[in-house]
Amino acid sequence: MVAMLLFILKSMENSQIIKEVSIEQGKVLVNQSEFFTGETSEPGPFLKSLYKKLDLKYNKYFKMDHLSKLGFLAAEVLLLNEGISNETDEVAIILANASSSLNTDVKYQQSIAEIPSPSVFVYTLPNIVIGEISIKNKFYGEHMFFVQPSYNKKELLDYTTCLFNSTPCTYAIVGWVDVDTKGNYNARLMLCQNNK
Amino acid sequence: MACKMVRVTAHNIISPLGYTSQENFDKVVVGQSGIALQNKGELSETDFQAALLNMEVLNDKITAIENADAYTKLEQLCILSLQQVLENVDIKSSRTGFIFSTTKGNITEVAKDSHSEDALLANTANKIAAYFGLQSQAQVISNACISGLAAFVIGRRYIDAGLFDDVVILGADVLSKFIVSGFQSFQSLSPEPCKPFDANRDGLTLGEGVASVVLSKADTIGSEGVEVVSGAISNDANHISGPSRTGEGLYRAITRTVKIEDAVDCICAHGTATPYNDDMESHAISRAGFEDVPVSGLKGYFGHTLGAAGVIESIISIMAMQRNIVIGTKGTVQQGVAAPVNVTKENIQKPVSGLLKLMSGFGGCNAAVYFKKHGE
Repeated sequence: MVAMLLFILKSMENSQIIKEVSIEQGKVLVNQSEFFTGETSEPGPFLKSLYKKLDLKYNKYFKMDHLSKLGFLAAEVLLLNEGISNETDEVAIILANASSSLNTDVKYQQSIAEIPSPSVFVYTLPNIVIGEISIKNKFYGEHMFFVQPSYNKKELLDYTTCLFNSTPCTYAIVGWVDVDTKGNYNARLMLCQNNK
Repeated sequence: MACKMVRVTAHNIISPLGYTSQENFDKVVVGQSGIALQNKGELSETDFQAALLNMEVLNDKITAIENADAYTKLEQLCILSLQQVLENVDIKSSRTGFIFSTTKGNITEVAKDSHSEDALLANTANKIAAYFGLQSQAQVISNACISGLAAFVIGRRYIDAGLFDDVVILGADVLSKFIVSGFQSFQSLSPEPCKPFDANRDGLTLGEGVASVVLSKADTIGSEGVEVVSGAISNDANHISGPSRTGEGLYRAITRTVKIEDAVDCICAHGTATPYNDDMESHAISRAGFEDVPVSGLKGYFGHTLGAAGVIESIISIMAMQRNIVIGTKGTVQQGVAAPVNVTKENIQKPVSGLLKLMSGFGGCNAAVYFKKHGE
């Protein structure tokens, strides 16, 4: 118990949340304040309107599945105006969700009977979204994709602390990126700074 | 900085080669492979090479599982593997962590019901944990083919930071039409058993397996013990389905895990036997300065067992290290990769005190772990 308490205290020392972004039901909040509200909350059109709002010119975006688009755009909003440099090992990415890649898994499963598509199959892994964020920003650092029963912020921050404890990275993008089999989506990302 | 020692205290492998780590090791060391030509059927519309588990052989053990019918094939295998390593683990303690590594879990359930609760990976992990009464919340890692090795990196960090005293690692994947057709659509399956690092390699061979490891905090490692010294995960930041041509991510993972002056006496590579992967690894190993170190690839024995691969291959490499053996790379006849590396074709008997294990996967992910033997 004492050890656990000490651990929690240590977590608070080590990592500091400097920004939060959430995306849900057609709405984007930054530090709890409205950043963008789409005209529709349908995942495809809503994410496209957010992409336009961010004025991105990134062709790879259009190949991504919903999970990757959601995580990619949430990370873009999180990193906006933060001045974090690219080409670095210094930014870790620690993401989690409940649905893994099931939204795309179901689409791939349905395609097997006809012609299985490699461009769909590659998105049947939840960590691909981490790859997409890494490619865009040239982040070579630590990363991991966890699957949880539901969003467990404490467990993710615990792991962030463990990582900051052993690895010299300056920032971590930490949080939740989920698209379920019914198309419900939810992203909650934090930018954490290593104070060690 | 906290710097606790982390020791490997128990392990198990269930694969087509055997039901215990020892059975598997004994087969590997004499060059036996679990890969065989599989007839077309449930998993594939054409014949294909794979290392498949024979569930009939395991039938007696499966029926001994309490309420066995309530579990899927994958879950039954996980139970059979875990029950062989938990004897000395305090499963009721909140100081015991549980990491479950898998890529596709119960993906077969999606074919029956798109919204199946059994396909949720956390449900699978919780079901397995509940069977044994493991108290702490299961941590599921689904990070493509590095998942199993990443569990060592993360488990070590949990213990190092004081979150847990023991961490139980379980890596598991079974084959399904979903997985086989996906790799076939990429045209990445080899027509013959895979040939890692060979000049004529032409693709990977899939396999099934389940493996478990217990990592424990230790004051001393002991003369027979193996320490998980360090580990790192990195990204290529290059392509989601193809490895970096220069091995950038893996190179960074290696150099963040070991220094050139560390005792690295052998490297157990990922060695999938796809043209790009093995070239990429040769670049990373060579750039890191380990071009003369004997390199083993174990996919010729087990196939590529996806989320279990990092666990299975680490256990076999650790057992080989304890016996001062570097395992020969089954399938390699004529080394033929882009950069200079020293791939072993036959078993080598030589002093091995430190071992570097590597894995890479889709999404540009790479992992490296450094294991060290004590008492010499």
